[in-house]
Amino acid sequence: MELISPTEFAKETVQTVEDYSLLAGQSIANLFRHPRYFADMLQQADLIGVGSLPIVVLTGFFTGAVLALNSSTTLQRFGSLSLLGQLVSVGMVRELGPVLTGLMVAGRNSSGMASELGSMVVTEQIDAMRALGTDPAKKLITPRVVSTVFMLFFLTIISDLLGLFGGGAVARALLGMDWHQYWSTAWQALTFQDVFMGLVKPLLFGFIISTVGCYYGISARGGTQGVGRATTQAVVASSVFILLVDFFATKFLMAIFGYH
Amino acid sequence: MAAPPSAILERVPSEPQAAGKVIVFENVSIAFEDKPVLNGISFCLPKGESKAIFGVAGSGKSTILKLALGLLKPDSGHIYVLGEDVTQMSEDALFEIRRKVGIVFQESALFDSLTVRENVAFRLLEEGDISDDEIEKRVREALSFVELENTVDKFPAELSGGMRRRVAIARAIITQPEVLLYDSPTGGLDPVTSTTIVQLIVKQRDVYKTSSLLVTHRLQDAFIMATHYFDRKANEMRPLPPGTRSEVPMAFLILRDGKVIFDGDAHELAQSKDEYIREYIS
Repeated sequence: MELISPTEFAKETVQTVEDYSLLAGQSIANLFRHPRYFADMLQQADLIGVGSLPIVVLTGFFTGAVLALNSSTTLQRFGSLSLLGQLVSVGMVRELGPVLTGLMVAGRNSSGMASELGSMVVTEQIDAMRALGTDPAKKLITPRVVSTVFMLFFLTIISDLLGLFGGGAVARALLGMDWHQYWSTAWQALTFQDVFMGLVKPLLFGFIISTVGCYYGISARGGTQGVGRATTQAVVASSVFILLVDFFATKFLMAIFGYH
Repeated sequence: MAAPPSAILERVPSEPQAAGKVIVFENVSIAFEDKPVLNGISFCLPKGESKAIFGVAGSGKSTILKLALGLLKPDSGHIYVLGEDVTQMSEDALFEIRRKVGIVFQESALFDSLTVRENVAFRLLEEGDISDDEIEKRVREALSFVELENTVDKFPAELSGGMRRRVAIARAIITQPEVLLYDSPTGGLDPVTSTTIVQLIVKQRDVYKTSSLLVTHRLQDAFIMATHYFDRKANEMRPLPPGTRSEVPMAFLILRDGKVIFDGDAHELAQSKDEYIREYIS
């Protein structure tokens, strides 16, 4: 393995942060510039949103189910099994729904974007696009960012709902709880703040997934091996980034809403 | 002596404008990872002329084309394309210039998720204000020029290497650019297919009078271009009659160690006393 000097490493890190920030900023700025590629946005929304639906449905349902299963033993110990719906709904809506949906979509789409754009870079298709008078940032990056942010928002809602169903299924089938009681406690426990927190996060995560995937794809170098490396880095970086941002976003929103 | 064919007589510059230069490199240098690739090179491409660029692998031939399109920025020097200094232009301003310049990439660089029709029409579709019928007509014309009309609905992966190059040429010429840049258009192709590609380049030069820079490793391709013309009536490339060669708008440029060591026509190249050049063309 090639050793790299600390100075060189620091320079490369600063350069990476700078390049990523520029790409992320440009992807938003392009929303206000012509041309806008609505057809590409729709196509990406179909690929990212509809394509991710099966994994999001499965993840949401089984996360809710296992959350109910794990919590039930503790709640039963304190004689509070009736609070199961409340625990599942708050846990899913505030935290598990957005984060797990984000991680699933990152694994599927961040890697897809990195490999697709990376392949286009190494086969000179990006250069060809620029040479043909089209800005790749407008044509390729902005539609992916818009579609991911938009679709992850709705995928998270679906995941939350399926999580509640999963929890409800366990409560009814395995714990013998009343279905109506489960749903009324789950529903009543949710406040505006919980829902707001749960719906702000997918917007941030969608932006992270798409910009990180596009960044690693567009900066891929070194042929097919470079594309493979970019794909792996995109998934790792976007997943870690999601977890980091989740912590800070939660802290920030809790401070705003006065949670203690 | 046989009279020069009309296609050649038409190319003789007769107006002051014809003496203009479409591409000018002025003292251009560029280095990659501290390794100099081009070191203060200067040359120009006069309007209507084709110039073949030679040099060993890694000598910066393809870099010249990317610099001319503004895909790369030089470390120093100036590059003028159609009178505009592309080294000083923003990316947005460069898109305007690039609409007047066509390029054929080394490996064709066709968009693999688009059909041949969509690839060739890419530039027209991006412009957005052209009717579908007009786009279809121009795509058919461009594909007819490269004799690939029957491939419109195929994907690049379904085509041979030679066919992909021809589609790339169709994509480059669909807007009738003022300048064409060819990056090793015959690289890796068999001799028959290479001759077909060279014929298309000569056709573009002689029929549409398009100025071009041609990067190639194959000296014979450039010599064919310097010794042949395109006969529009017969619709094929033919050897020039004796005594007319100097009137072909074809020049040669040779790079060595980041410098231009030769810039002249085929006759001057053949007469060169430089040992490296003699070895190169032998």
